[in-house]
Amino acid sequence: MEHRVVITGIGAYSCLGENLDTVLESLRLGRSGVIYDEQRKDFGYRSCFTGMVAEPDLNPFLSRRQRIGMHQPARYAFMSTKEAMEGSGLDADFLDKTETGIIFGNDSTAGAVVETVDKVRAKKNTTLIGSGDIFQNMNSTVNMNLSTIYKLKGMNFTISAACASGSHSIGMGYLLIKQGLQERVVCGGAQEINVYAMASFDGLGAFSVRDAAPSMASRPFDRDRDGLVPSGGAATVIIESLESALKRNAPIYGEIVGFGFSSNGDHISNPNFDGQFRSLNMALKQANLTPKDIDYVNAHATSTPIGDSTEAEAIFSVLGSKVPVSSTKSMTGHECWMAGASEVVYSLLMMNNDFIAPNINFENPDEQSEKINIIPSYREQNIDCFLSNSFGFGGTNSSLIIKKFKK
Amino acid sequence: MKREDIILTTKQFLSDEFEVDATLIQPGNNLQQTLDLDSLDYVDLVVVIEENLGIKPTAEDFKTIETFNDFYDLVEQRLNA
Repeated sequence: MEHRVVITGIGAYSCLGENLDTVLESLRLGRSGVIYDEQRKDFGYRSCFTGMVAEPDLNPFLSRRQRIGMHQPARYAFMSTKEAMEGSGLDADFLDKTETGIIFGNDSTAGAVVETVDKVRAKKNTTLIGSGDIFQNMNSTVNMNLSTIYKLKGMNFTISAACASGSHSIGMGYLLIKQGLQERVVCGGAQEINVYAMASFDGLGAFSVRDAAPSMASRPFDRDRDGLVPSGGAATVIIESLESALKRNAPIYGEIVGFGFSSNGDHISNPNFDGQFRSLNMALKQANLTPKDIDYVNAHATSTPIGDSTEAEAIFSVLGSKVPVSSTKSMTGHECWMAGASEVVYSLLMMNNDFIAPNINFENPDEQSEKINIIPSYREQNIDCFLSNSFGFGGTNSSLIIKKFKK
Repeated sequence: MKREDIILTTKQFLSDEFEVDATLIQPGNNLQQTLDLDSLDYVDLVVVIEENLGIKPTAEDFKTIETFNDFYDLVEQRLNA
């Protein structure tokens, strides 16, 4: 028996806001979370733009033992998960007595690893590193920490799929629940923000060096875009079988109806039309929907010249020229491992509040982006069904389709 | 370092590191129970001792330690070795 899969909890710790209310306000206003980070200039970055979040104070919520295994990805993810759990009506006591899984997206722990290695270099003795670092250093840091804090008893692993990590985490959770293997899964994505995390990416020359205000640097689909802006934080999406959600009278933010995925099998960093085309089509087919059923596309578009053009072609080829499209990365920058999850949260906020957040800085189309319907400013609109794209290095692609819940 | 100074210094860094009320750190009290130490915490105990006193006991050294008095004995012995 297949199960319907609904979203019963969401949380965000984002450069658009450190809770859902502030994020919603930013989305409506088209408010950018990008800053100019002077530290990056001193460190040798080519581009100093970044999305930024404050370091959360976890002391009021967690014990010393719970905190010392956490660096940025886990700290940010705790904040977004705390919000999602509370909104969903889940607490540690209930989770301890039921089976809930956790599949989080994360693909680096650079800041934590560098700090650990610096300690060993200084002390020349591994026994002086301390007991927390190993749990900060591993890529599964979010899973390890959150599953322990919340006493989760179900499936427990990390998805590392570059900039599609967050999206694949939701897709994998969806498949497990749909097949009846899990009742509830905490999904999401986390992305560290520190100079160590993005230095090698900056070195590829992929980031914007636009001589303008930080808020104007990320400009997906715009003719004059010159690269992406890195960003980070965390987002959590709790998904659940419909039976379980109804049984505990949980809030329902939407229903996942399609998960398309593909691998380009091509270049390690260049996007590929065929891979994206297959991912989009697979999601539609699995959802048993046609292009006219999609009311909004939250594009992956990161503001790189080739990436956005390729995606515009893929959206046009699969969904046509009419469907409204925006890239919230115009406001957030590229939240990388977090992006697939955060963009589902942003889109759910739009769907539940009847608007489309603007693709800010979209001033002039290019040859490809003029073929699709990009929304440059806030628009009130009913959304019954949206599609969210995420594509990553190594040619990993993910497309999720989520509908407004109807019994 | 005199024993009184060891008691004063260690009380400060142990209460800071393990987030316990400093008044609970008394010579006759049980070290493990008072600081709520699990097996991983002994790794951090070694780190804070090294950071604050410059000596480096091993996890093995703590096997025979029950009270803070035992702990002060160990520290005193190592500092004066």
